[in-house]
Amino acid sequence: MSTPDPMTGPAVFRRDKVFEFLIPKQVDDLDLSHGTALYLENISVNFDGFQAINGLNFYVNTGELRCLIGPNGAGKTTLMDIVTGKTRPDTGTAWFGQKINLLRMDEAEIAQAGIGRKFQKPSVFENLTVFDNLELSMAGTRKLWPTYRARLSSETMDRIEAMAGTINLLSQLYAQAGSLSHGQKQWLEIGMLIMQNPVLLLVDEPAAGMTHQEMDRTVELLTTLAGDHAIVVVEHDMDFVRALNSPVTVLHQGSVLAEGSMAEVQSNTDVMRVYLGTESSSC
Amino acid sequence: MSDSSTTAPSTSARPQRSRLSSIIFILTLIALIIGVSICNQLPAEHPLYVSNYMVTLLGKYLTYAILAVAVDLVWGYLGILSLGHAAFFALGGYVMGMHLMRQIGDRGVYGNPDLPDFMVFLNWTELPWYWMGSDNFAFTAMMILLVPGLLAFVFGWFAFRSRVNGVYLSIITQALTYALMLAFFRNEMGFGGNNGLTDFRELLGFDLRSDTVRLGLFIASGVALLLVFLLCDSILRSRLGKVAIAIRDAEDRTRFIGYRVESVKLALFALSAMIAGIAGALYVPQVGIINPGEFAPLNSIEVVVWVAIGGRGTLYGAVLGALGVNYAKTWFTGAFPEAWLFALGLLFVVVTLLLPRGVAGLLKFKRSSQAAS
Repeated sequence: MSTPDPMTGPAVFRRDKVFEFLIPKQVDDLDLSHGTALYLENISVNFDGFQAINGLNFYVNTGELRCLIGPNGAGKTTLMDIVTGKTRPDTGTAWFGQKINLLRMDEAEIAQAGIGRKFQKPSVFENLTVFDNLELSMAGTRKLWPTYRARLSSETMDRIEAMAGTINLLSQLYAQAGSLSHGQKQWLEIGMLIMQNPVLLLVDEPAAGMTHQEMDRTVELLTTLAGDHAIVVVEHDMDFVRALNSPVTVLHQGSVLAEGSMAEVQSNTDVMRVYLGTESSSC
Repeated sequence: MSDSSTTAPSTSARPQRSRLSSIIFILTLIALIIGVSICNQLPAEHPLYVSNYMVTLLGKYLTYAILAVAVDLVWGYLGILSLGHAAFFALGGYVMGMHLMRQIGDRGVYGNPDLPDFMVFLNWTELPWYWMGSDNFAFTAMMILLVPGLLAFVFGWFAFRSRVNGVYLSIITQALTYALMLAFFRNEMGFGGNNGLTDFRELLGFDLRSDTVRLGLFIASGVALLLVFLLCDSILRSRLGKVAIAIRDAEDRTRFIGYRVESVKLALFALSAMIAGIAGALYVPQVGIINPGEFAPLNSIEVVVWVAIGGRGTLYGAVLGALGVNYAKTWFTGAFPEAWLFALGLLFVVVTLLLPRGVAGLLKFKRSSQAAS
């Protein structure tokens, strides 16, 4: 019996290839040269028979501010879970820029690549101070030993204090995050998100639990951030979405129903039927 | 938010991270070590005399305190409730026990220069491969860290990567220590089976039965506790320590800001197991025996009770708990032997209900209420 050809035989015997698990995972540099930060194509997710996402196509341009609306169960949070690596889709592709395949990375890698997320429920580290919360989320090393050896330079202290000023928590910089009010926790989480300096921000219901003044400031902050960062905002509050004055994507039953400005979307008959129609009284 | 908290200077000034409690703890520990050493030298009729019995007892408590610090590191700060830490403690103890067995040499009952007595008794003709090198102290010292550390690493690798959490993880750790207990009970394992390893004579040429060596072991345990405390304290004060607390409080959030939760857990869990191994290795020469009973699931649970009573989430609390509960245990088992388990159970219930942060929490509360008034 002849030995298998080392160049063309079965993969195991080929000398010009190594096993896939031996190839070190490439930390690709983010390539945004085509102006699109996020590509989701033909994504489907099925949770035990419930089709949460159904053949979804969704693109976000760099520096764009985009609102994502849709009735409960439309798949908004699932979409964020897919982008941040919490949920794996059954089919479809998810690319961050041209080169980074999100479906091959875990949550930590995706976060390090430049995607930040704010949860629906404010989720801060309650037993740490506001300062510590901001320090931990600050962009920088995530490896064990450097994290242990990390020392605060006066420069980073200044950065943290400046951020605390932006989110109006400077007077509570050394208070435990758990002692903050609901709205302040929302602000802190937004601050943590910005400290990560992500390319793409996913913001789930930022206005929940905020007063009207706080909401206005959130709108202001998000609009300022757009341009440097691509931002996807999921929100139920229509006044808030209108105030953001940005393109809107309507999700329904796991796929995109309509896209366009708020005015266009609102006049869309499909949208009026499935979503706005039922809430038109509150709009 | 109330107005007072937004204007209070206490929240706007950068607080000195409470180094005070650590310094007090370190000084107290050093004072204890020196004090006991001096009082042990006094004549027996002196009122401050500390008996040799007491010295060994305290030395044993100090090794328990090291174990408690190890458990507090992963439970109090990282949120991993390990109910199997006694396994790492016992493994460290066994490695030390093997070395001490080899030190007996030909002075055993059977007079075999290479084989420990129990192997001769079982008609073994040569030393199993895993006993190789155990006559060398440096190798033994390395293995005291490596064996528990490696087991914890492999165990943690599978558990944390599969994201096993909470109660499920606790149950698996119980299963781990129980499985090890059953294995070590078997004579074929080559660790003395039911009887374990005992009848030790010397460590590094020093007679283990002499009072000076017993004092030396007490001091070594105290110094080990001090070093372990300093190491854990430095980790918990660093950014890594904050990441640990972040993982304890909101694991997913920590992932989404880019920290690899599994790696942090794995590193600290393995480190904690090594610390437990050191504790076990110091424990064995002081009590003179190591047997599979040390792997009993109940032992691991008891350690958790010490930490809970002392106050989890504070290193000195864990030490206080270990020393206090064990002192109470010694006293109780002398005065009312049957009542001990009930007393321990009652203590645990009372602390859980009334002092969720343990005795250390009580101290903290007092201090902060004083500061407020």
